[in-house]
Amino acid sequence: MTDQIAPELTPLNPAYVTTSRIATALGLLPFLIGAGVLEGGQLLPPGSIIVPILVLYAYIAFIIPARKYRHWGYAMGADRLRIVRGYMYYRDTVVPFGRIQHIDVEQGPVQRRYDLATLTVHTAGNHNSTVSLPGLLHADAVAIRETIRSHIRQDTL
Amino acid sequence: MNDAATSPVESRQEGERLHVLGLLVGFVTGLPQLVFPVVAAVFGVRSADNPVLVPIIILVALFFSVFFRWLAWMRFHYYVGDYDIRIEKGILSRNARSIPYERIQDVSLEQKPLARIMGLAEVKFETGGGAGEDAKLSFVAVAEAERLRELVRVRKSGTEIADEADDDAAETPPVFAMNARRVFILGLFSFSLFIFAVLGGAAQQLDFLLPFDFWDLSAWVGIAEERGVNVDRINGVSLAARMILTSVALAALLFIGFASGVFRTTLREYGFRLDRTAKGFRRRRGLLTLTDVVMPIHRVQAAIIQTGPLRKIWGWHALKFVSLAQDSKEESNYVAAPLATLDEIWPIATAAMIDAPDTGIAFRKGEGGWWLSGFVGLALLVFVVMASIMVFAEAPLRQAANVLWLLLPFGFLIWFNRRNYRDAIDDRQLYVRNGWWQQNLTIAPQIKLQTIEISQGPIARRQGLASLRFGISGGELEMVALPIATARAIRDAILERVTAVDYSAINRPL
Repeated sequence: MTDQIAPELTPLNPAYVTTSRIATALGLLPFLIGAGVLEGGQLLPPGSIIVPILVLYAYIAFIIPARKYRHWGYAMGADRLRIVRGYMYYRDTVVPFGRIQHIDVEQGPVQRRYDLATLTVHTAGNHNSTVSLPGLLHADAVAIRETIRSHIRQDTL
Repeated sequence: MNDAATSPVESRQEGERLHVLGLLVGFVTGLPQLVFPVVAAVFGVRSADNPVLVPIIILVALFFSVFFRWLAWMRFHYYVGDYDIRIEKGILSRNARSIPYERIQDVSLEQKPLARIMGLAEVKFETGGGAGEDAKLSFVAVAEAERLRELVRVRKSGTEIADEADDDAAETPPVFAMNARRVFILGLFSFSLFIFAVLGGAAQQLDFLLPFDFWDLSAWVGIAEERGVNVDRINGVSLAARMILTSVALAALLFIGFASGVFRTTLREYGFRLDRTAKGFRRRRGLLTLTDVVMPIHRVQAAIIQTGPLRKIWGWHALKFVSLAQDSKEESNYVAAPLATLDEIWPIATAAMIDAPDTGIAFRKGEGGWWLSGFVGLALLVFVVMASIMVFAEAPLRQAANVLWLLLPFGFLIWFNRRNYRDAIDDRQLYVRNGWWQQNLTIAPQIKLQTIEISQGPIARRQGLASLRFGISGGELEMVALPIATARAIRDAILERVTAVDYSAINRPL
């Protein structure tokens, strides 16, 4: 398995690495603070808690988002959306447009700063009833939504 | 809501009332709810020390219950319109709900024992809406309930069907039915020691009522000794007698297990009857609580044929239908035949547009490496447990190694799973067979699939294996232990058929 996604797939917007780093760093901040408090208690030799936690924090918040980004990819077919993700746990999901019930385009505060959005499609299945694709330019996400929507309308007519 | 604007004719009509006897049923079934307020009120006036107050309180409570039920009944109307069913209710705040016929997925009738005696039924209009409760009429006369259901069916299909359609259904032989003997056999397979769990739970809840501590073993020994039983006397009993006593106790346990299985099954399945009506399958069953559920055929997403190592000896199987996710409120799957032979099952499945696998079809065994890696993963976990026992509990190696015995049952389980796994695909359907204690054969028409996913864990990726997960509405389906190339080929083949048809086309009434 190479470190690159298959050539037929479109990578996410590179800004996803940044937004993902910021989101992870903020999300894990409580653990860092907790480690700082434990360190302040001086129960163990100085640095024995804060140093490994800092290293782990840096790894999860800075290295992993970049690696995740390299393994995300999507492909818009004429009648289906394919989303590929994961290195350790590889997932390759195909959602036919004809099975999509409704579509969300979401934008969190961090994503908004970088003009990114997450596209989520909902199906009636129990497994994979929602499939999300993060790290798209907002305009691209809206364009994909419109493509899928027009396809659904055309099918139902 | 402005009724006058939408339908001036109907607004002048009074609408239909619920059956007046339903008041009585509601009153009787609501009695338990009155117990607490009455007890609280009696408790409140105990300082007055006047015994006459107690019957007065009870009478007042009963009066108010009847009065408000009557008021609610007076203010409850339902209208059967051309395009929808409307229900108006509420004593002070009024609520008008409109249910368009197109949105009604199902009309179910339920008769609890008391309602049944009165000849009444509760009608529920089920819509696809996930949130909020659906509309309910409790209670109307059985004939009216049947009429409503028939009406919804006719309005929905847009065709005029004579009133005697249901009588016809009664005349035609059922698709499947179970006689008392069949229900009894099913009961035997439903061996259950559930009653002990209930008794244990009740003992725990109500132990303040018992004159001794239920969970105190020495108290039990004390009770036995009071009645002249003691350890010496038990030891004095001969070995043969003890063995007899033990087997009697075991036999009693077995009997209770079988009896409670038969009892519970009879309550649920008595008079099981499945009919094929214009709208779909209609299932009636139950001894005290009769249920009557209709399942439109176009909503069937997959069929599951279940059996077990014991049932299989006599050729018994069960047939269930997986249906759209929002249907599964009470039972996860629609049981079409709880205990039947395969010869009885295939015609039912065919009626739901699901075919038996062709005799020539090749069922594929999974790649052995898939289960082997599962076993290796398990073994690693067990070694970690063993190591931590040695480190943290400071147990010697010989003692810690006992954990390895765990591998034996799990190993057997994995081996059984591997032995029983099969999958197959033809140009219309998908077949997956798995399980040992509960053997399932799932058959899914490919065009009903919602999503397809190839997934690989870290070990499987190195082995070049993958699993295919299918999104089914109301159920799950997974093909495992596939070489990655096979997985891709199957996915592409299925997608060709799936993308050709839209969702609205596959779940449209026939």
